[in-house]
Amino acid sequence: MHPAWSIIFFTTLSGLGFGFSTWVVFGFIEIRNIFQLIITAGFTFCLIGSGLLSSTLHLGHPERAWRALSQWRSSWLSREGILSVLVLTALTYWFLYTFRYGELPLLINITLMTMILFTVYATAMIYASLKTVTCWNQFLTPVCYLMFAISGGMLAITWLMSIFGQLITSSTFQILLILILLTWAFKIKWWWNLDHSQSESNLATATGLGKFGKVRSLMPPHTSENYLQKEMGFVVARKHAIKLRVISLTLGGIIPFATILIGTSSSLLLGIILFIHLAGVFVERWLFFAEAKHIVSLYYGDKTSV
Amino acid sequence: MSFEPVIEKSPKVSDEIKKTTCYMCACRCGINVHIRDNKIRYIEGNKDHPINKGVLCAKGSAGIMQHYSPARLKSPMKRIGPRGSGKFEPITWDKALSIATDWLEPIRNKDPKKLAFFTGRDQSQALTGWWAQQFGTPNFAAHGGFCSVNMAAGGIYTIGGAFWEFGAPDWNLTEMFVLFGVAEDHDSNPIKIGLGKLKGRGKRVVSVNPVQTGYAAISDDWYGITPGTDGLLILSLIRELFLSNKIDVNYLRRYTNSPWLVIQNPGKNNDGLFLRDQSGQPQVIDRLSGKIVSHSKKGISPEMSGKIKLDTGGFAIPVFKIMYDTYINSTYSPENISSKVGISSNRIRKFAADLADAAFSREVVINQPWTDWKGEKHKKMIGRPVSMHAMRGISAHSNGFQTCRALHVLQLILGSIEVPGGWRFKPPYPKPPEAHPKPSGKPNQVQPGKPLTGPPLGYVLSPEDLIINEDGSPQRIDKAYSWDAPMSAHGLMHMVISNAVAGDPYHIDVLFMYMANMAWNSSMNTRGVMEMLTEKDGDTGEYKIPKIIYSDAYSSEMVAYADLILPDTTYLERHDAISLLDRPICEADAVADAIRWPVLKPDRDVRGFQSVLLDLGARLKLPGMVNDDGSAKYKDYADYIINHERKPGIGPLAGFRGNGDKSGRGEPNPGQIESYMSNGAFWHKEIPEEARYFKMANMEYQKFAVDIGIFDKPEPYTFQIYSEPLQKFQLAALGHGNIQPPENMRDRIKSSFTPLPIWYEPFEGKAVLEDEYPIHALTQRPMAMYHSWGSQNPWLRQIHGQNPMYIPISLAMKHNLSDGDWIWVTSHHGKIRVPILTMAGLNKKTIWTWNAIGKRKGAWQLDEDAPEAKKGFLLNHLIKELLPAKGDGQRWSNSDPITGQAAWFDLKVKIEKANINEPHESYPQFPPLPREYGTIQDPPKKLRYGIEWTKQNKAHNKSDNS
Amino acid sequence: MTSLPDPSAIKLGLVIDLDICVGCQACVVNCKEWNTSGYGAPLSDENPYSSNPNGAWLNRVHAYEEFNSEKVKTVHFPKSCLHCEDAPCVTVCPTGASYKRAEDGIVLVNEDWCIGCGLCAWSCPYGAREMDPVENVMKKCTLCVDRIYNDNIPEEDRVPACVRTCPTSARHFGDLGDPNSKVSKLVAERGGYDLLPEQQTKPVNKYLPPQSSCESNEDQFSLLEMAESNSPKGFWEWMDNTLERLG
Ligand SMILES: Nc1nc2c(c(=O)[nH]1)N[C@H]1C(S)=C(S)[C@@H](COP(=O)(O)OP(=O)(O)OC[C@H]3O[C@@H](n4cnc5c(=O)[nH]c(N)nc54)[C@H](O)[C@@H]3O)O[C@H]1N2
Ligand SMILES: Nc1nc2c(c(=O)[nH]1)N[C@H]1C(S)=C(S)[C@@H](COP(=O)(O)OP(=O)(O)OC[C@H]3O[C@@H](n4cnc5c(=O)[nH]c(N)nc54)[C@H](O)[C@@H]3O)O[C@H]1N2
Ligand code: SF4
Ligand code: SF4
Ligand code: SF4
Ligand code: SF4
Ligand code: SF4
Ligand SMILES: [Mo]
Repeated sequence: MHPAWSIIFFTTLSGLGFGFSTWVVFGFIEIRNIFQLIITAGFTFCLIGSGLLSSTLHLGHPERAWRALSQWRSSWLSREGILSVLVLTALTYWFLYTFRYGELPLLINITLMTMILFTVYATAMIYASLKTVTCWNQFLTPVCYLMFAISGGMLAITWLMSIFGQLITSSTFQILLILILLTWAFKIKWWWNLDHSQSESNLATATGLGKFGKVRSLMPPHTSENYLQKEMGFVVARKHAIKLRVISLTLGGIIPFATILIGTSSSLLLGIILFIHLAGVFVERWLFFAEAKHIVSLYYGDKTSV
Repeated sequence: MSFEPVIEKSPKVSDEIKKTTCYMCACRCGINVHIRDNKIRYIEGNKDHPINKGVLCAKGSAGIMQHYSPARLKSPMKRIGPRGSGKFEPITWDKALSIATDWLEPIRNKDPKKLAFFTGRDQSQALTGWWAQQFGTPNFAAHGGFCSVNMAAGGIYTIGGAFWEFGAPDWNLTEMFVLFGVAEDHDSNPIKIGLGKLKGRGKRVVSVNPVQTGYAAISDDWYGITPGTDGLLILSLIRELFLSNKIDVNYLRRYTNSPWLVIQNPGKNNDGLFLRDQSGQPQVIDRLSGKIVSHSKKGISPEMSGKIKLDTGGFAIPVFKIMYDTYINSTYSPENISSKVGISSNRIRKFAADLADAAFSREVVINQPWTDWKGEKHKKMIGRPVSMHAMRGISAHSNGFQTCRALHVLQLILGSIEVPGGWRFKPPYPKPPEAHPKPSGKPNQVQPGKPLTGPPLGYVLSPEDLIINEDGSPQRIDKAYSWDAPMSAHGLMHMVISNAVAGDPYHIDVLFMYMANMAWNSSMNTRGVMEMLTEKDGDTGEYKIPKIIYSDAYSSEMVAYADLILPDTTYLERHDAISLLDRPICEADAVADAIRWPVLKPDRDVRGFQSVLLDLGARLKLPGMVNDDGSAKYKDYADYIINHERKPGIGPLAGFRGNGDKSGRGEPNPGQIESYMSNGAFWHKEIPEEARYFKMANMEYQKFAVDIGIFDKPEPYTFQIYSEPLQKFQLAALGHGNIQPPENMRDRIKSSFTPLPIWYEPFEGKAVLEDEYPIHALTQRPMAMYHSWGSQNPWLRQIHGQNPMYIPISLAMKHNLSDGDWIWVTSHHGKIRVPILTMAGLNKKTIWTWNAIGKRKGAWQLDEDAPEAKKGFLLNHLIKELLPAKGDGQRWSNSDPITGQAAWFDLKVKIEKANINEPHESYPQFPPLPREYGTIQDPPKKLRYGIEWTKQNKAHNKSDNS
Repeated sequence: MTSLPDPSAIKLGLVIDLDICVGCQACVVNCKEWNTSGYGAPLSDENPYSSNPNGAWLNRVHAYEEFNSEKVKTVHFPKSCLHCEDAPCVTVCPTGASYKRAEDGIVLVNEDWCIGCGLCAWSCPYGAREMDPVENVMKKCTLCVDRIYNDNIPEEDRVPACVRTCPTSARHFGDLGDPNSKVSKLVAERGGYDLLPEQQTKPVNKYLPPQSSCESNEDQFSLLEMAESNSPKGFWEWMDNTLERLG
């Protein structure tokens, strides 16, 4: 699939924002003054907001984006939109309320966290629900999205805690390590699935031909590249993909993991790690699109499975 | 829950429908042009039209984009830069026409043949040929010589017609339809409609073609033949049918010259000629009386074998016997030809068996009594339901004439021509060569200031009819009707430039061309032709072809090479006549003709070429184009269409003559064009039921043809399996008669001018080493593109914007190639670098590409980096107009030796993988043509055709009802 | 929970006869011609006269080869929206712009609502939706809804443009919900089938298989092995090596 920058930005940044806010609501960070409130809330809203905003960039008609909230009954994109709006509103109240009046009842916090994570889930489900892209259409897709959000969010919140001079316990670091480990374990399994899954669909089922032999594509319908080929036909070559997977894993997993394992609570270093991690996730997200094969490419003569 | 907006289900389509004739190709379908706000809203097929019956092809459907092309020329132009630079200045029509007059007048008054007038994809040869005749030059031809004259001439000389415009399968009754070497042909929509019908009826479709695409793809049997070998295959089929006695002897006896007696008198000047009586009637042996009688005698039953001794010396035997002895020869056995043609002997036998089965086990009978030309009455019409269609795949070879003849012989022995379920003629055919004029333009027929005595093109019957000088040298610039190409019929368009520059046979002063992209896709040796067009005489510094006048409608590659440009309109802006005098649109069951008329007004300073030609003719005071007082006789082409009479009562259009009530013959009718316009731009008259089959022998049809003005007297015709004209040339080569070929041409004439069809190795393949150039290279017509002129069309160029070379998978394996790789293709003449795609359904020795997709940079108002120029390519750079030199000093044309048909498909090549460091760009590339020359507008960056109407449509919508 | 209406009794659609299609592209261009000034925004084209010309089309014709070591058959293959009964393109649409008409099952885009997110095109397994490069709204076959009911058009012409223009009559239009309709009978007689049945979209359009026993290509070569060891890469490489550009 064509890796549109706006969508890659959107899913990475909003994912991080949602993950981060989950931990905020969980109570990881202690907001002591107005200054810290502005930073924490600002960080949250910037991440989520810029993600959402950039997602409208790839729309043909962003001015009508509001219409996207209407089809929550069937469309994951609609659901995600509505949830995002709800979550943003709720978070605003949450920040104001907790700052003013202190903690909210656990049940409310849990509900809010669920909503946030469900938003991430909805984002993932936009892709995971597409039968046409076999590698997306698996249970692990939302799991990965959620794991990236949670682990990234945790890393971000650790960083912010260190800026705020809050004590970061070693168990915090241990949780972080476990989360990073798990995230990449899922992601690696996802890649494994991508490499090994076999779609039921092939050119023979796509065309209904193949009664007496192989089917191959002979002529494209147009010699000039069309929307479908640009949008669905983009598949990064295996050899590049492997290189990029290694880069992504190194930046997003190994470096953060190793650095944290060695032990650091320097906010500068944590900031750098967060940035490197983000870069890794970015590559991961790019690959998520670039490696994905749309079933339509069968019609255009792609011989390998989708 | 979903919201359903209310949509406008009945939006307005158009203000008005104007019915005219399509010209996105030469098929000439009827179209309904929907006009809204004086613009084209939609073009659809005209359901009433005899040709397309409502359907429309891809090209026709893209007419909007062609009509509004930014590559349209906008005014007459005069060259200011060097030739080929594309630098012009706009001039007025008056200026343009007076320049042309100044150039042409002195020629006409001194030596009219110094004008060569050649037209391309033209449909008005009745006018252009007549103009050339009135000018007095023999140097006229249309593009037929490089297109498919083998097919046309092979057909006319054998059965009095050929495929496409000459006839059609009996789609409703045929049981088996065989296509030889057809990709699309001119009969685009009718063939497709017919194929649809056959498939609907579950009938067998067979394709003989090295490539399995298009029509071949839907065939029930595909024979992936090796190019140039169809003649062998056909003769083998004939042999099998003879040996298994699956031939229609009665049909052969009645309708062909099989029983005619041929003199066998080796070494004498009557050897191989028909035995004739005093009045010239061919003789046969009557089975009943045992006597020798005229074949035209009523009530006889001619003998098909036997031998009689002649008092005058030698013997006479029937054609049939010669044919039998010739074709049962084991040279033609399936086993012997199998490896040559690339088809197994079993399949060849199966092919023959299928033909026999369809012809003889599924006889079609129509209970329609009819009377033949001798007055014999027949109770029914009995048919052998095998039909065929063939085109350039067999025609565009140097053995094409004889192959086409062989194919007709195959049809004839099956008894399948002009019978129910078979293949049938469209009027004015059958029209034997004797009913056509002979070509005019012999040295004594060309006089300063005088018209020719007859039309420059026609059909020769013997060496006496050749257009040659006393010494036997060619009189025409293209060497048509000379010993180079004695039965050329359509001239040799592909030789004009090459010969004129070489001064062989002489130089000319003015080259006048119309609608032919000779500096690009319609030339062999494209680079060479561009050089020739700009070549100067070392002494005088003048161009070797001093003056070039050209009429085009668009900024094609050729425009840059002309000195004077006469811009034509688009097909929706002018009058045209698709005339019975020319190439009509008749059907097997009806006579028909058609017009084009200006459904839109030109928005620039252009004029219909035919009108311009008449204007020019009047300025030159050509007879027939001026009144006695010297004033122009015709206001414009429309005026000519209405008022010109070829013979009293016979004019360009056959419909609505007299007071609008006469067909065929009748006085000119001032309201004729209006009548056509209101009748869907065509006229159509059905042939009476009893006249619909056996037209060559059917008295009712012959009468009908005379009534309608096709003939002046009945011209019943016997099919010529054995061709006497060919034998006459043969005899000349053997040293008989006053007119004999030069010494160095005798062998070639002896071996190719056989009175019965034969097969011989195509010339290029014979001239090069098989080991060095083992592969055949071909082009095919893409259904969605018309030669070069489709590339300016933004819709069509998305479909065909570049062309790959398709190569068989086995060849790809051998050269370690896969899809997308680039290769070098080399012939004896040149090299091209091209991208490939692999293909399974392809003859293993053949590679092919789509024709004319490659464009020169800058032409057609396309960007210089357009894929057509960067990746697209022409095969033409590999094809030379001359054969490899034989060292005898003669420039041997790469053509059929009989008709001069350009042998495009004889091309032999080798391939090798391009170095990986080489650019992925086609080779050769040429300097870009300047884009600005004389065109209508800068091409837009985005197209939103119809935006104003979609908004209006929407205005009617109450789109939000939620 | 779905945004699809209950299956309609009338299921209008096309039946495409692969046994007859010669790949002439008439339906492709006529469709463009009719629709560029018809329903919704024009079917626009980008770079019409330069490199990478790229426009929106509602119907495209591919060509495939079916082959084994002895036989080979070229098949021309037209493809437009199949007006699926379980149309994923409708349910996925966040705005409700994509909808399936309850009355006749035609799947349409309400272009005034479309935000151009492209999701519906992603969800369509057949590549039947194309984003208009200039208008930025989703385009798809409308089954010529502005022809088939149009009072301004003679009754016999109230069929889709592609059907009316197809020179070989390889395209048939009708009600596939009615088992007695001409199209339903054709499907029954000729073994009409669904594309990608495993995608469970329940397409209304049906394809009629090539009928002829395929052409023997004997004594050429063993295509199968060759094709496999050669494994041609397909068109994208040919059409500009996209991957190379990416480095
Ligand atoms: N390699 C290879 N080359 C071939 C062939 C092949 O099979 N293989 N086929 C050959 C054959 S059969 C043919 S017929 C030729 C065809 O070749 P050409 O006759 O050159 O055909 P086109 O390129 O279609 O068009 C000729 C010119 O007509 C102009 N034109 C279009 N419409 C109009 C109009 O309305 N008025 C005027 N005045 N001009 C107009 C176009 O702009 C173009 O410049 O190509 C030949 N070349
Ligand atoms: N769409 C479209 N239609 C056109 C044209 C166009 O440019 N586009 N051009 C028009 C013109 S000018 C012409 S002349 C006609 C030509 O009409 P066609 O004769 O149909 O044209 P070609 O594409 O030259 O087709 C030649 C066919 O013969 C096959 N072939 C080549 N060599 C051999 C051989 O030795 N034996 C056999 N059996 N087959 C062989 C080729 O594979 C190809 O399929 O088309 C006309 N119609
Ligand atoms: S075949 Fe096509 S382009 Fe040719 S005249 Fe007919 S509709 Fe026009
Ligand atoms: S118009 Fe008919 S024959 Fe031509 S491509 Fe379309 S479906 Fe096939
Ligand atoms: S073919 Fe594609 S666009 Fe059409 S209804 Fe089915 S899923 Fe939707
Ligand atoms: S592109 Fe338009 S029609 Fe398609 S899903 Fe998005 S909003 Fe709906
Ligand atoms: S039904 Fe209409 S919109 Fe759909 S493909 Fe055919 S012509 Fe195009
Ligand atoms: Mo031609």
